[in-house]
Amino acid sequence: MSTDIEKAHPEHGELTPDSPVPDPGVEEHVPRFTDVDQAAADRAYRQIVGMLALVPVLVIGFLVVYFAVPRDAELMVFGANLKMQNTLLGLTAGLAALLIGVSAIQWARVLMSDEEIVGERHGAASPPEARERVLADLETGIEGSSIRRRRLIGSGMAGALGLMVLPAVVSLADLGPWPTPAVRAETIEKTIWAEGVHLVNDVTYRRLKADEIEVGQLVNAEPETLQDLEGTAYQQAKAKAAIIIVRMDPNSIRIPESRQDWQVNGILCYSKICTHVGCPISLWEQQTHHLLCPCHQSTFDLGNSGVVVFGPAARSLPQLPITTDADGYLVARSDFTVPVGPSFFERDSSKDFVEGDR
Amino acid sequence: MTSPASAPRPRQSLRRHRAARPVLLALSLFLVGAVYAAVAPATTSSADGAADAQLIAQGKDLFAVNCASCHGLNAEGLAQQGAPALTNVGAAAVDFQVRTGRMPMGNPYAQAVGKQNTFTDDEINALATYVGSLGSGPKVPGEDQYNPDGLSAEDVARGGDLFRTNCSACHNFKGAGGALPNGFVAPSIEKTDPAQIWEAMRTGPGQMPVFAAGAIPDEDVKAVIAYVQQVNATPSAGLTLGGIGPVAEGFWAWVVGIGSLVLAAVWIATRGARA
Repeated sequence: MSTDIEKAHPEHGELTPDSPVPDPGVEEHVPRFTDVDQAAADRAYRQIVGMLALVPVLVIGFLVVYFAVPRDAELMVFGANLKMQNTLLGLTAGLAALLIGVSAIQWARVLMSDEEIVGERHGAASPPEARERVLADLETGIEGSSIRRRRLIGSGMAGALGLMVLPAVVSLADLGPWPTPAVRAETIEKTIWAEGVHLVNDVTYRRLKADEIEVGQLVNAEPETLQDLEGTAYQQAKAKAAIIIVRMDPNSIRIPESRQDWQVNGILCYSKICTHVGCPISLWEQQTHHLLCPCHQSTFDLGNSGVVVFGPAARSLPQLPITTDADGYLVARSDFTVPVGPSFFERDSSKDFVEGDR
Repeated sequence: MTSPASAPRPRQSLRRHRAARPVLLALSLFLVGAVYAAVAPATTSSADGAADAQLIAQGKDLFAVNCASCHGLNAEGLAQQGAPALTNVGAAAVDFQVRTGRMPMGNPYAQAVGKQNTFTDDEINALATYVGSLGSGPKVPGEDQYNPDGLSAEDVARGGDLFRTNCSACHNFKGAGGALPNGFVAPSIEKTDPAQIWEAMRTGPGQMPVFAAGAIPDEDVKAVIAYVQQVNATPSAGLTLGGIGPVAEGFWAWVVGIGSLVLAAVWIATRGARA
């Protein structure tokens, strides 16, 4: 690369490797109205000074509002409930700042000189003598460190620094459990649902009687065992075990043969966690039996084993096999048969329900 | 209320008193009223069947004129009109649909939306009694089932939990309503009458699911209503933009906020008029 300063600024229009596009030069200067008309210039001058003169008025207004307006006074504007003091403080201070800015820009636009001035720059590279000097200094330093004669110091230092990566790698890799098959089977592939766990209404933990669930009913439910948990364990269990229970007319839906004993007279139970990215879903249309996820509009047909009818979700909503206990309350028959929630790299998706399964 | 014992008793010496006549008149009116009040409930309950039969007959006539063209003369429904059978919807469903103006519908192929109700209370009562007499289904609620007055702060908090779990997916966190698939909407319930919230939860109008007493008993419905009332009585700071969340706020930020920044940038960069 050339360091010749002369070469970096070739003559007008001449193309060189350092100046690949033609220099358009400075545009011809056309005077503004305010440059040629003294009255216009005076008008602009008065406008700018007027704007600046308003600033002290607003600042005094700010101080008056600050001390004079009671803090709890309210103001109704277009049906919105505003705090009078905050609103007026914001208006006075904001308007004052705006006027300073607008007057400065207007000053630059119409009164300051707008003749374009070209300021030449020197090249970015250092002069050759400076570069030679730096290289010589470096050589002196290397020679003085004796690293060329006592080579083991250099490799010892490099090895020591390299090994310092290990503590970071080991501790970062141990931030969470390694997702081995055994760990996955106990965490993300499992919920607290189990045989005989009662289905209870979310929030109130009320047990649900099968004959009290009506056709068209939706219940946001949780496992009864959730109330024994606290803190992080509670949150993690709830995030995976949340379910929705719906009852549909058995004649208006399709229940595959393999899932006949997963339901009680048209009462079906599904995971509430979307299989796309795990939002909780409960927007259920009782006439179409469609369940819509509000996040990305994935839609599941609960009258057809939870298959996806629209949206980005790739897998059916997992269904929870349920039955009733001796007193007629709804209980789970087992945990979910497939992992609930969004996909993960190692997930075995061969057991998910697909349209046409029996 | 004065009891008969404490009322002025006409005596021999007072018979010709100036006040005797009006006092006697007031006393006899009071006695008639008291006897009627004591006897009336018994009379209605013993004549329940007769009064109901009359109401049902009136309701049947109203039904034939206003509802039967879609729902059938015997409320059996008409599949090609998309009109469901009303034999087991219950009186509460009729009370809700007619009182909010949803029924009779203008266009049977679109969502039933609330509009001006043109029926009197008596007519709605007759219609609801008639349809309720056809089969099972929730009755029109009494005030003790939906009136949230006197609930504690804990009840309101539980109502909020229940509302956010069961209702907010469609009706928004403060009941402002929201969009559903295929052009349907979940209406705003910010100003809805408590009785109608109860009826909607129990009967599941349109696409709305049923929220029956087996999962959400009346005490919980009252708590939900109390939450909706409280959250909408609480003044919100600044412009609510309809309370529908990030869509409206983003719209304002993009159009008003970024729009004015663009205009300011254009103003700064224009060179203005030249001589």
